[in-house]
Amino acid sequence: MTMATAATTDPMLPQPYSVRQVIKETADTFTLTLEPPNGAGGNRFQPGQFSMLWVFGVGELPISISGDPAERDRLVYTVRSVGQATLALVSREVGDAVGVRGPFGTGWPVAEAEGRDVLVIAGGIGLAPLRPVIYEVLHNREKYGRLVVLYGARSPRDVLYRKELAAWGRQRETQVLVTVDYGGLSWRGHVGVVTTLFKYARLQPARSLAFACGPEIMMRFVARDLETHGFARENIYLSMERNMKCGIGFCGHCQYGPHFICKDGPIFPYDRMRPLLEKYEL
Amino acid sequence: METLEHIIAEHSFFAGLESYYTNLLTGCASNVRFDAGTYIFKEGEEANEFYLIRTGKVALEIFAPQRKPIMLETLGEGEVLGWSWLLPPYQWRFHAHAVETVRAIALDGKCLRTKCEENHDLGYEILKRFAHIMEQRLEATRFQLLDVYRVGR
Repeated sequence: MTMATAATTDPMLPQPYSVRQVIKETADTFTLTLEPPNGAGGNRFQPGQFSMLWVFGVGELPISISGDPAERDRLVYTVRSVGQATLALVSREVGDAVGVRGPFGTGWPVAEAEGRDVLVIAGGIGLAPLRPVIYEVLHNREKYGRLVVLYGARSPRDVLYRKELAAWGRQRETQVLVTVDYGGLSWRGHVGVVTTLFKYARLQPARSLAFACGPEIMMRFVARDLETHGFARENIYLSMERNMKCGIGFCGHCQYGPHFICKDGPIFPYDRMRPLLEKYEL
Repeated sequence: METLEHIIAEHSFFAGLESYYTNLLTGCASNVRFDAGTYIFKEGEEANEFYLIRTGKVALEIFAPQRKPIMLETLGEGEVLGWSWLLPPYQWRFHAHAVETVRAIALDGKCLRTKCEENHDLGYEILKRFAHIMEQRLEATRFQLLDVYRVGR
Protein backbone atom coordinates (compact mmCIF):
# COMPACT_ATOMS: atom_id res chain seq x y z
CA MET A 1 0.00 0.00 0.00
CA THR A 2 1.40 3.42 -0.93
CA MET A 3 1.42 6.27 1.57
CA ALA A 4 -1.27 8.16 -0.38
CA THR A 5 -3.54 5.15 -0.36
CA ALA A 6 -2.94 4.55 3.31
CA ALA A 7 -3.76 8.20 4.06
CA THR A 8 -7.04 8.09 2.23
CA THR A 9 -8.08 4.90 3.96
CA ASP A 10 -6.70 5.46 7.44
CA PRO A 11 -7.83 8.75 9.00
CA MET A 12 -5.51 8.16 11.95
CA LEU A 13 -2.38 8.28 9.80
CA PRO A 14 -0.88 11.76 9.40
CA GLN A 15 0.42 12.88 6.02
CA PRO A 16 3.72 14.76 6.11
CA TYR A 17 3.11 18.25 4.69
CA SER A 18 5.77 20.93 4.46
CA VAL A 19 5.54 24.53 5.52
CA ARG A 20 5.45 26.83 2.49
CA GLN A 21 4.83 30.14 4.24
CA VAL A 22 4.43 31.62 7.72
CA ILE A 23 2.73 35.02 8.14
CA LYS A 24 2.70 36.87 11.42
CA GLU A 25 -0.83 38.24 11.80
CA THR A 26 -0.53 39.69 15.32
CA ALA A 27 1.92 39.40 18.22
CA ASP A 28 0.75 35.85 19.02
CA THR A 29 -1.14 34.69 15.93
CA PHE A 30 0.37 33.23 12.77
CA THR A 31 -0.95 31.88 9.48
CA LEU A 32 0.79 28.78 8.13
CA THR A 33 0.50 27.57 4.58
CA LEU A 34 1.20 23.86 4.19
CA GLU A 35 1.69 21.93 0.98
CA PRO A 36 1.50 18.20 0.40
CA PRO A 37 4.79 16.31 -0.04
CA ASN A 38 4.46 15.83 -3.79
CA GLY A 39 3.15 19.40 -4.36
CA ALA A 40 -0.01 17.98 -5.89
CA GLY A 41 -3.48 19.46 -5.62
CA GLY A 42 -6.58 17.71 -4.43
CA ASN A 43 -6.91 19.15 -0.94
CA ARG A 44 -10.69 19.41 -0.83
CA PHE A 45 -12.33 20.74 2.27
CA GLN A 46 -15.56 22.41 3.22
CA PRO A 47 -15.48 25.82 4.91
CA GLY A 48 -15.63 25.15 8.66
CA GLN A 49 -13.78 21.83 8.64
CA PHE A 50 -10.62 21.26 10.66
CA SER A 51 -7.47 19.17 10.52
CA MET A 52 -5.43 17.48 13.20
CA LEU A 53 -1.92 18.90 12.92
CA TRP A 54 1.04 16.98 14.30
CA VAL A 55 4.11 18.81 15.46
CA PHE A 56 6.39 15.81 15.56
CA GLY A 57 7.84 15.24 18.98
CA VAL A 58 5.50 17.74 20.63
CA GLY A 59 1.88 16.84 20.06
CA GLU A 60 -1.23 17.01 17.90
CA LEU A 61 -3.73 19.88 17.66
CA PRO A 62 -7.15 20.40 16.08
CA ILE A 63 -6.91 23.52 13.90
CA SER A 64 -9.63 24.92 11.63
CA ILE A 65 -8.74 25.45 8.01
CA SER A 66 -8.67 29.18 7.29
CA GLY A 67 -7.68 29.19 3.62
CA ASP A 68 -9.49 29.45 0.33
CA PRO A 69 -11.36 26.25 -0.63
CA ALA A 70 -10.58 27.01 -4.29
CA GLU A 71 -6.82 26.74 -3.68
CA ARG A 72 -6.43 22.98 -3.63
CA ASP A 73 -2.66 22.85 -3.73
CA ARG A 74 -2.34 24.00 -0.11
CA LEU A 75 -3.92 24.02 3.31
CA VAL A 76 -3.90 27.21 5.36
CA TYR A 77 -4.25 27.49 9.14
CA THR A 78 -4.30 30.48 11.45
CA VAL A 79 -2.97 29.56 14.87
CA ARG A 80 -2.80 31.50 18.10
CA SER A 81 0.16 30.61 20.25
CA VAL A 82 -1.27 29.90 23.68
CA GLY A 83 0.67 26.85 24.87
CA GLN A 84 3.56 24.52 24.20
CA ALA A 85 2.10 22.75 21.16
CA THR A 86 0.72 25.87 19.47
CA LEU A 87 4.02 27.67 20.12
CA ALA A 88 5.87 24.79 18.50
CA LEU A 89 3.48 24.88 15.54
CA VAL A 90 3.79 28.62 14.88
CA SER A 91 7.57 28.33 15.28
CA ARG A 92 7.83 26.04 12.26
CA GLU A 93 9.93 27.45 9.46
CA VAL A 94 9.59 27.18 5.70
CA GLY A 95 10.41 23.63 4.65
CA ASP A 96 9.70 22.08 8.06
CA ALA A 97 7.37 19.09 8.19
CA VAL A 98 3.95 19.08 9.85
CA GLY A 99 1.72 16.01 9.99
CA VAL A 100 -1.81 16.52 8.72
CA ARG A 101 -4.89 14.37 9.34
CA GLY A 102 -8.26 15.26 7.97
CA PRO A 103 -10.13 17.36 7.00
CA PHE A 104 -12.67 16.40 9.62
CA GLY A 105 -16.08 17.52 10.80
CA THR A 106 -19.08 19.21 9.29
CA GLY A 107 -18.78 22.46 7.39
CA TRP A 108 -20.78 25.67 7.40
CA PRO A 109 -23.96 25.09 5.34
CA VAL A 110 -22.92 27.43 2.53
CA ALA A 111 -25.10 25.62 -0.03
CA GLU A 112 -28.12 26.31 2.15
CA ALA A 113 -27.18 29.99 2.13
CA GLU A 114 -27.48 30.26 -1.65
CA GLY A 115 -30.05 32.88 -2.63
CA ARG A 116 -29.95 34.38 0.84
CA ASP A 117 -28.04 37.07 2.70
CA VAL A 118 -25.07 35.76 4.67
CA LEU A 119 -24.15 37.19 8.05
CA VAL A 120 -20.71 36.26 9.35
CA ILE A 121 -20.04 37.11 13.00
CA ALA A 122 -16.60 36.44 14.36
CA GLY A 123 -14.84 37.13 17.61
CA GLY A 124 -11.05 37.02 18.04
CA ILE A 125 -9.45 34.09 16.24
CA GLY A 126 -12.98 32.91 15.39
CA LEU A 127 -12.57 34.78 12.12
CA ALA A 128 -10.17 32.06 10.91
CA PRO A 129 -12.75 29.23 10.49
CA LEU A 130 -15.12 31.72 8.85
CA ARG A 131 -12.65 33.08 6.30
CA PRO A 132 -13.30 30.15 3.90
CA VAL A 133 -17.02 31.06 3.94
CA ILE A 134 -16.15 34.62 2.93
CA TYR A 135 -13.93 33.36 0.10
CA GLU A 136 -16.66 30.99 -1.03
CA VAL A 137 -19.30 33.74 -1.17
CA LEU A 138 -17.01 36.24 -2.87
CA HIS A 139 -15.93 33.67 -5.51
CA ASN A 140 -19.57 32.86 -6.27
CA ARG A 141 -21.10 36.29 -5.79
CA GLU A 142 -24.09 35.66 -8.04
CA LYS A 143 -25.29 32.78 -5.88
CA TYR A 144 -25.73 34.81 -2.70
CA GLY A 145 -27.43 37.95 -1.49
CA ARG A 146 -25.63 40.47 0.69
CA LEU A 147 -22.57 39.45 2.66
CA VAL A 148 -22.20 41.13 6.03
CA VAL A 149 -19.09 40.48 8.13
CA LEU A 150 -19.13 41.66 11.74
CA TYR A 151 -15.83 41.15 13.51
CA GLY A 152 -14.91 41.85 17.11
CA ALA A 153 -11.38 41.78 18.48
CA ARG A 154 -9.94 42.54 21.89
CA SER A 155 -7.96 45.59 20.77
CA PRO A 156 -6.78 47.15 17.49
CA ARG A 157 -3.50 45.20 17.63
CA ASP A 158 -5.44 41.92 17.80
CA VAL A 159 -7.35 42.43 14.55
CA LEU A 160 -6.64 39.59 12.08
CA TYR A 161 -6.44 39.82 8.28
CA ARG A 162 -6.51 43.65 8.28
CA LYS A 163 -5.82 44.08 4.57
CA GLU A 164 -8.34 41.43 3.59
CA LEU A 165 -11.04 42.94 5.79
CA ALA A 166 -10.54 46.26 4.01
CA ALA A 167 -10.54 44.57 0.59
CA TRP A 168 -13.69 42.56 1.33
CA GLY A 169 -15.46 45.75 2.43
CA ARG A 170 -14.86 47.21 -1.03
CA GLN A 171 -16.62 44.33 -2.80
CA ARG A 172 -20.14 44.86 -4.10
CA GLU A 173 -23.03 43.89 -1.85
CA THR A 174 -20.57 43.38 0.99
CA GLN A 175 -20.44 45.16 4.31
CA VAL A 176 -17.56 44.67 6.74
CA LEU A 177 -17.62 46.18 10.21
CA VAL A 178 -14.89 45.79 12.79
CA THR A 179 -15.08 46.65 16.45
CA VAL A 180 -12.71 46.33 19.38
CA ASP A 181 -13.49 45.90 23.06
CA TYR A 182 -10.69 48.27 24.05
CA GLY A 183 -9.77 51.06 21.66
CA GLY A 184 -6.73 53.24 21.94
CA LEU A 185 -7.00 56.92 21.14
CA SER A 186 -5.51 56.41 17.69
CA TRP A 187 -8.25 53.91 16.76
CA ARG A 188 -10.90 55.53 14.60
CA GLY A 189 -13.20 52.54 14.29
CA HIS A 190 -15.96 51.18 16.49
CA VAL A 191 -15.44 50.48 20.19
CA GLY A 192 -17.77 48.02 21.89
CA VAL A 193 -18.57 44.32 21.82
CA VAL A 194 -19.41 42.64 18.53
CA THR A 195 -23.15 42.59 19.24
CA THR A 196 -23.17 46.40 19.19
CA LEU A 197 -22.56 46.16 15.43
CA PHE A 198 -25.88 44.42 14.74
CA LYS A 199 -27.77 47.67 14.42
CA TYR A 200 -25.51 48.74 11.54
CA ALA A 201 -25.86 45.49 9.56
CA ARG A 202 -27.80 46.03 6.36
CA LEU A 203 -29.58 42.76 5.67
CA GLN A 204 -32.95 41.10 6.01
CA PRO A 205 -32.95 38.63 8.94
CA ALA A 206 -35.91 36.69 7.53
CA ARG A 207 -33.93 35.80 4.39
CA SER A 208 -30.50 35.40 5.96
CA LEU A 209 -28.29 32.73 7.47
CA ALA A 210 -25.96 33.70 10.29
CA PHE A 211 -22.63 31.95 10.93
CA ALA A 212 -20.93 32.72 14.24
CA CYS A 213 -17.58 31.67 15.63
CA GLY A 214 -15.69 32.83 18.69
CA PRO A 215 -15.48 32.08 22.39
CA GLU A 216 -18.56 30.12 23.47
CA ILE A 217 -19.80 32.84 25.77
CA MET A 218 -19.57 35.34 22.94
CA MET A 219 -21.65 33.05 20.70
CA ARG A 220 -24.27 32.81 23.43
CA PHE A 221 -24.59 36.60 23.52
CA VAL A 222 -24.57 36.72 19.72
CA ALA A 223 -27.25 34.06 19.24
CA ARG A 224 -29.52 35.65 21.80
CA ASP A 225 -29.17 39.07 20.20
CA LEU A 226 -29.70 37.65 16.71
CA GLU A 227 -33.01 36.25 17.88
CA THR A 228 -33.94 39.69 19.16
CA HIS A 229 -33.12 41.06 15.71
CA GLY A 230 -35.46 38.60 14.01
CA PHE A 231 -33.29 35.61 13.17
CA ALA A 232 -34.94 32.21 13.56
CA ARG A 233 -32.90 29.79 15.71
CA GLU A 234 -32.56 27.30 12.88
CA ASN A 235 -30.95 30.00 10.71
CA ILE A 236 -28.14 30.60 13.17
CA TYR A 237 -25.08 28.32 13.06
CA LEU A 238 -22.31 28.13 15.64
CA SER A 239 -18.87 26.57 15.56
CA MET A 240 -18.36 24.66 18.80
CA GLU A 241 -15.09 23.65 20.38
CA ARG A 242 -14.07 20.95 22.83
CA ASN A 243 -10.91 18.95 23.37
CA MET A 244 -10.69 16.97 20.13
CA LYS A 245 -8.27 14.08 19.92
CA CYS A 246 -9.05 11.41 17.32
CA GLY A 247 -11.11 13.66 15.03
CA ILE A 248 -13.45 10.87 13.97
CA GLY A 249 -15.73 10.24 16.96
CA PHE A 250 -13.90 7.21 18.42
CA CYS A 251 -12.18 8.50 21.53
CA GLY A 252 -14.98 10.54 23.11
CA HIS A 253 -12.74 13.40 24.28
CA CYS A 254 -14.91 15.99 22.59
CA GLN A 255 -18.27 14.66 23.70
CA TYR A 256 -20.73 17.48 24.30
CA GLY A 257 -24.05 16.19 25.57
CA PRO A 258 -25.15 13.62 22.99
CA HIS A 259 -22.79 15.01 20.32
CA PHE A 260 -19.19 14.42 19.33
CA ILE A 261 -17.95 17.83 18.31
CA CYS A 262 -15.33 16.37 15.93
CA LYS A 263 -17.74 14.18 13.97
CA ASP A 264 -21.22 15.68 14.41
CA GLY A 265 -19.81 19.23 14.40
CA PRO A 266 -17.99 21.48 14.89
CA ILE A 267 -20.75 23.40 13.10
CA PHE A 268 -24.19 23.07 14.67
CA PRO A 269 -27.48 24.93 14.28
CA TYR A 270 -28.26 27.05 17.33
CA ASP A 271 -31.60 25.36 17.96
CA ARG A 272 -29.70 22.11 18.68
CA MET A 273 -27.05 23.79 20.81
CA ARG A 274 -29.24 26.13 22.84
CA PRO A 275 -30.27 23.63 25.57
CA LEU A 276 -26.63 22.61 26.03
CA LEU A 277 -25.27 26.15 26.05
CA GLU A 278 -27.43 26.87 29.07
CA LYS A 279 -26.12 23.92 31.12
CA TYR A 280 -23.59 24.68 33.83
CA GLU A 281 -20.12 23.18 33.53
CA LEU A 282 -20.82 21.18 30.36
CA MET B 1 -37.03 70.25 3.19
CA GLU B 2 -37.08 67.85 6.16
CA THR B 3 -38.76 69.32 9.21
CA LEU B 4 -37.45 68.69 12.72
CA GLU B 5 -40.62 66.80 13.53
CA HIS B 6 -40.11 64.53 10.53
CA ILE B 7 -36.48 63.86 11.44
CA ILE B 8 -37.47 63.00 15.02
CA ALA B 9 -40.27 60.73 13.87
CA GLU B 10 -37.90 58.94 11.46
CA HIS B 11 -35.15 58.37 14.03
CA SER B 12 -35.03 54.77 15.22
CA PHE B 13 -35.16 55.83 18.88
CA PHE B 14 -38.64 57.26 18.39
CA ALA B 15 -39.88 54.62 15.93
CA GLY B 16 -43.62 54.12 16.33
CA LEU B 17 -44.18 57.15 18.54
CA GLU B 18 -47.53 58.83 17.90
CA SER B 19 -47.38 62.09 16.01
CA TYR B 20 -48.98 63.92 18.94
CA TYR B 21 -45.89 63.12 21.00
CA THR B 22 -43.37 63.87 18.25
CA ASN B 23 -45.05 67.24 17.94
CA LEU B 24 -44.55 67.81 21.67
CA LEU B 25 -40.88 66.76 21.39
CA THR B 26 -40.25 69.07 18.46
CA GLY B 27 -40.84 72.08 20.70
CA CYS B 28 -37.73 71.03 22.69
CA ALA B 29 -35.55 70.13 19.67
CA SER B 30 -32.87 71.82 17.62
CA ASN B 31 -30.39 70.83 14.91
CA VAL B 32 -26.77 70.69 16.02
CA ARG B 33 -23.38 69.92 14.47
CA PHE B 34 -20.07 69.11 16.12
CA ASP B 35 -16.81 69.13 14.20
CA ALA B 36 -14.50 66.13 14.44
CA GLY B 37 -12.24 66.44 17.46
CA THR B 38 -14.56 68.60 19.55
CA TYR B 39 -16.17 67.58 22.82
CA ILE B 40 -19.96 67.48 22.90
CA PHE B 41 -19.96 67.39 26.69
CA LYS B 42 -17.56 66.67 29.51
CA GLU B 43 -17.82 64.76 32.76
CA GLY B 44 -19.21 66.86 35.61
CA GLU B 45 -20.89 69.43 33.39
CA GLU B 46 -24.59 70.04 33.74
CA ALA B 47 -26.57 67.61 31.58
CA ASN B 48 -29.24 69.64 29.88
CA GLU B 49 -29.89 67.71 26.72
CA PHE B 50 -29.61 64.45 24.83
CA TYR B 51 -28.83 63.81 21.19
CA LEU B 52 -30.29 61.77 18.38
CA ILE B 53 -27.25 61.07 16.21
CA ARG B 54 -28.02 61.45 12.52
CA THR B 55 -24.51 61.05 11.09
CA GLY B 56 -20.98 60.75 12.43
CA LYS B 57 -19.39 58.95 15.33
CA VAL B 58 -19.09 59.82 19.02
CA ALA B 59 -16.68 58.23 21.50
CA LEU B 60 -17.58 58.02 25.16
CA GLU B 61 -14.42 58.53 27.17
CA ILE B 62 -13.42 58.43 30.81
CA PHE B 63 -10.34 59.96 32.35
CA ALA B 64 -8.09 58.27 34.87
CA PRO B 65 -5.24 60.13 36.56
CA GLN B 66 -1.89 60.04 34.75
CA ARG B 67 -3.37 58.13 31.84
CA LYS B 68 -4.69 59.00 28.45
CA PRO B 69 -8.49 59.02 28.19
CA ILE B 70 -10.02 55.54 27.94
CA MET B 71 -12.51 55.06 25.13
CA LEU B 72 -15.42 53.03 26.50
CA GLU B 73 -17.72 52.87 23.55
CA THR B 74 -18.55 54.50 20.23
CA LEU B 75 -22.00 55.56 19.10
CA GLY B 76 -23.08 56.26 15.55
CA GLU B 77 -25.91 56.94 13.18
CA GLY B 78 -29.35 56.09 14.55
CA GLU B 79 -28.17 55.98 18.18
CA VAL B 80 -28.92 58.09 21.22
CA LEU B 81 -26.30 59.95 23.18
CA GLY B 82 -26.88 60.83 26.84
CA TRP B 83 -29.37 60.01 29.56
CA SER B 84 -27.93 62.02 32.46
CA TRP B 85 -30.47 64.78 31.68
CA LEU B 86 -33.20 62.39 32.87
CA LEU B 87 -32.07 61.68 36.42
CA PRO B 88 -30.70 63.88 39.23
CA PRO B 89 -28.12 65.32 39.69
CA TYR B 90 -28.32 66.00 35.92
CA GLN B 91 -24.57 65.85 35.40
CA TRP B 92 -22.61 64.08 32.66
CA ARG B 93 -20.69 61.03 33.86
CA PHE B 94 -18.40 60.73 30.83
CA HIS B 95 -16.86 62.82 28.10
CA ALA B 96 -18.48 62.63 24.66
CA HIS B 97 -15.97 63.27 21.91
CA ALA B 98 -16.88 63.68 18.24
CA VAL B 99 -14.39 61.42 16.43
CA GLU B 100 -16.07 62.28 13.15
CA THR B 101 -18.19 65.31 12.29
CA VAL B 102 -21.51 64.72 14.00
CA ARG B 103 -24.92 65.95 12.92
CA ALA B 104 -27.62 65.41 15.49
CA ILE B 105 -30.89 66.60 16.92
CA ALA B 106 -30.45 68.01 20.43
CA LEU B 107 -33.42 67.71 22.76
CA ASP B 108 -33.51 70.16 25.64
CA GLY B 109 -33.65 68.15 28.86
CA LYS B 110 -35.23 70.81 31.05
CA CYS B 111 -37.93 71.48 28.47
CA LEU B 112 -38.56 67.75 28.12
CA ARG B 113 -38.62 67.07 31.86
CA THR B 114 -41.27 69.77 32.24
CA LYS B 115 -43.36 68.25 29.45
CA CYS B 116 -42.98 64.76 30.93
CA GLU B 117 -44.15 66.01 34.35
CA GLU B 118 -47.17 67.60 32.68
CA ASN B 119 -47.92 64.62 30.47
CA HIS B 120 -47.12 61.30 32.13
CA ASP B 121 -48.00 59.33 29.00
CA LEU B 122 -45.20 61.13 27.19
CA GLY B 123 -42.96 60.58 30.22
CA TYR B 124 -43.67 56.85 30.20
CA GLU B 125 -42.95 56.60 26.45
CA ILE B 126 -39.62 58.38 26.90
CA LEU B 127 -38.69 56.34 29.96
CA LYS B 128 -39.50 53.02 28.25
CA ARG B 129 -37.24 53.90 25.34
CA PHE B 130 -34.39 54.98 27.58
CA ALA B 131 -34.82 51.88 29.76
CA HIS B 132 -34.39 49.75 26.63
CA ILE B 133 -31.20 51.60 25.68
CA MET B 134 -29.89 51.30 29.25
CA GLU B 135 -30.59 47.55 29.27
CA GLN B 136 -28.76 47.07 25.96
CA ARG B 137 -25.74 49.07 27.10
CA LEU B 138 -25.63 47.36 30.50
CA GLU B 139 -25.59 43.97 28.80
CA ALA B 140 -22.91 45.11 26.34
CA THR B 141 -20.83 46.41 29.25
CA ARG B 142 -21.13 43.09 31.09
CA PHE B 143 -20.09 41.27 27.93
CA GLN B 144 -17.15 43.67 27.54
CA LEU B 145 -16.08 43.09 31.16
CA LEU B 146 -15.88 39.34 30.52
CA ASP B 147 -12.88 40.08 28.29
CA VAL B 148 -13.68 36.96 26.27
CA TYR B 149 -10.74 37.16 23.86
CA ARG B 150 -8.07 37.23 26.55
CA VAL B 151 -5.50 34.41 26.43
CA GLY B 152 -5.82 31.83 29.19
CA ARG B 153 -9.52 32.11 29.75
